[in-house]
Amino acid sequence: MPAPGTGPMTGEAVIARDVSRSFDGRAVLSGLDLSIQSGEFVALLGRSGTGKSTLLRILAGLDPDYGGQVLVPQRRAVVFQEPRLLPWQRVLPNVALGLRLGSGGRAGLTRQCLGALTEVGLAEHARAWPVTLSGGEAQRAALARALVREPQLMLLDEPFGALDALTRTRMHLLLQDLCARHRPAVLLVTHDVDEAILLADRVLVLDDGAIRRDAPVGLARPRDRGHPGFTELRSRLLRELGVAEPAPA
Amino acid sequence: MSMTGISGNTDATLVPPPRTAAAGAGGSGVLTLTRPAPGPRRRRLAIRLPRLARRALGPLAALGLWQLVCSAGLFTSVEVASPVAVFDAGRQLWDQGSLQANLLISLQRVAEGLSVGVAAGAALAVVCGLFWVSEDLLDPVIQATRAVPILGLVPLAIIWFGVGELPKVFLIALGCLFPVYLNTYAAIRGVDVKLVEAAQTFGLNRRGLVRRVILPGALPGFLTGLRFALVGSWLIIVVAEEINAQSGIGYLIMQAQATDRTDIMFLGLAIYAVLGLIADALVRLLERRLLAWRRGFGGA
Repeated sequence: MPAPGTGPMTGEAVIARDVSRSFDGRAVLSGLDLSIQSGEFVALLGRSGTGKSTLLRILAGLDPDYGGQVLVPQRRAVVFQEPRLLPWQRVLPNVALGLRLGSGGRAGLTRQCLGALTEVGLAEHARAWPVTLSGGEAQRAALARALVREPQLMLLDEPFGALDALTRTRMHLLLQDLCARHRPAVLLVTHDVDEAILLADRVLVLDDGAIRRDAPVGLARPRDRGHPGFTELRSRLLRELGVAEPAPA
Repeated sequence: MSMTGISGNTDATLVPPPRTAAAGAGGSGVLTLTRPAPGPRRRRLAIRLPRLARRALGPLAALGLWQLVCSAGLFTSVEVASPVAVFDAGRQLWDQGSLQANLLISLQRVAEGLSVGVAAGAALAVVCGLFWVSEDLLDPVIQATRAVPILGLVPLAIIWFGVGELPKVFLIALGCLFPVYLNTYAAIRGVDVKLVEAAQTFGLNRRGLVRRVILPGALPGFLTGLRFALVGSWLIIVVAEEINAQSGIGYLIMQAQATDRTDIMFLGLAIYAVLGLIADALVRLLERRLLAWRRGFGGA
C-alpha cells in the first residue's frame, strides 16, 4: 500500500476511507472512516490497545502497510509522548530539523525557529542541550519543532501524558493559544477524557477497529470542567470507554 | 496501731507511671533524626590538588616502590633494572640518536596502520549498519576473520608483503579494524528507532537521516572502538617489531635481550606504557569535545 497521498485543496485535511491494519493476522483497525476539516481540532479517545497510535502512525506516514484509502496534507507535524529531540543537537537545530533553506537563507531559518521557540516560551533555551531541559520544556521544544513548519495537520500522540498535572494544564493553555493562532487541523490521541473535552471541537471514540462515537463538543471556550454540559459529556464518554463513574454522593 | 503505712509516712511519694520502651532511645518520645546524606560529609583535602596531579600520584608511588626494591638489592640488575638505570639507558640512547629514530618509526607504523584500520572499520560498519544486503554479505566474513588470532597471521603477512613496512602496517590495520567495526556497527543498529521515526516525520531524507541522526548517534560507539583500537595497535606492533624488523621500539627490546641490557628492555616497555597513556588521554579529550551533549554520571 502506498504512503498517504496528498489531500485535495478542499475543506478537508484528513480523509480516511475503509482503513484497515493488522499485525500478524490480528486486525487492529478494520473499516475505519475518518474525516477532519482543516482547522478542526479532533480528539481521539480509546482504551489502550484499540489502535489509536496505529491510526496516528498511518496518518503520519510512518506505517505504509495499511489497507484502504488515506489522504493527508503535505505539511504534517507530529508530537509524540516523548519529546524525541536529538540529544546531540542543541534546541535550535532540533527545531530546524528537516527544514529547507528558504529565501531568507540561514539567518532567515534561525529567525523563523527562534520565533517558534519564543511562541512556546523557550527562546532563552535555544542554545541549550536537550538533556538539560525539564520534561515540560522538552515537550514545548517538540511543540515548537512541529509549529515551525506551519503544519496543515498536527498529529499529537498523547503529548502531555508524561507531564505532571500542573505542567499539563499550562501546556493545554499553550496548545489552545497556538491552535487559535495557526489554525492547523489537529488530531490529538489521548487517554484523558477531560483533556479531550477541554481542547477538542469533536471527540471520537475508537473501539473494535473503527470510530464508534463521534461527539461534537458544543461548549463555549474557555471551557469549565464544572459546567453541566462538560460533566454530562464526560460521563457519557467514560461509559463509552467502559468506565463506570461513581454516582455523586 | 494506726492505719498509716509501714513507714508511718503519710505523704505519698509521686513517681511517673511505667512507660513502654517504644518511645525511643532517650525515652523522651522524640525521634532521633539524622541528615539525609548517604554518608558522612566529605572532608576536603587541605590542599586541593588538580586532577592531573591526583591521577599521577599512583604511578609515582609505584615508581618509588620499584626503585626501593631495586636499591634494596632484591634482584640483580639483569633481572630487574631500576628506574634510575632505565632513565640512564634512555639518555644514553637519546644521545646516540637511536631512541628518537626508533620511536619515530614505531609511531609512524602505528599511525599508518591505525588510520587505515579505523577508516576501513568505520566504513564497513556504516555500510553494514545501513544496508541489509551488505550486512548479509559482509558481516559473516568479518566475524569469521575476527575469530582468527591476528598474531597467527604474522608468517602469512611476511609471505604476502615481504619484510618491509607493509606487513607491520597491515597487521596493525587489521587489528584496529575489528574493534572499530564491531562497536560502530552495534552503535548504528542501536540508534533509537524513535528518533529515526521522528526525524522521518519532519521530512528528513535518507541522506539527512544518516548525517543528522544515525552517524551522530553512533559516535559514542565509534569512540569506544577507537580506544580499543589504540590499545590493540600497540599490542600488535610489539610482536610485529620483535619478530621481524630492523628498527622500532620492539626491535630495540629484542636487541637488548641479545646483549643482556635489561635496562633497555624496561625502557622499551616504559615507552609503550607512556604512549598508551597519551593515546588514551587523546581519545578522552576527543570524547569530551564530541560528546558534550551527554550528561553522564561523573563519579562520586
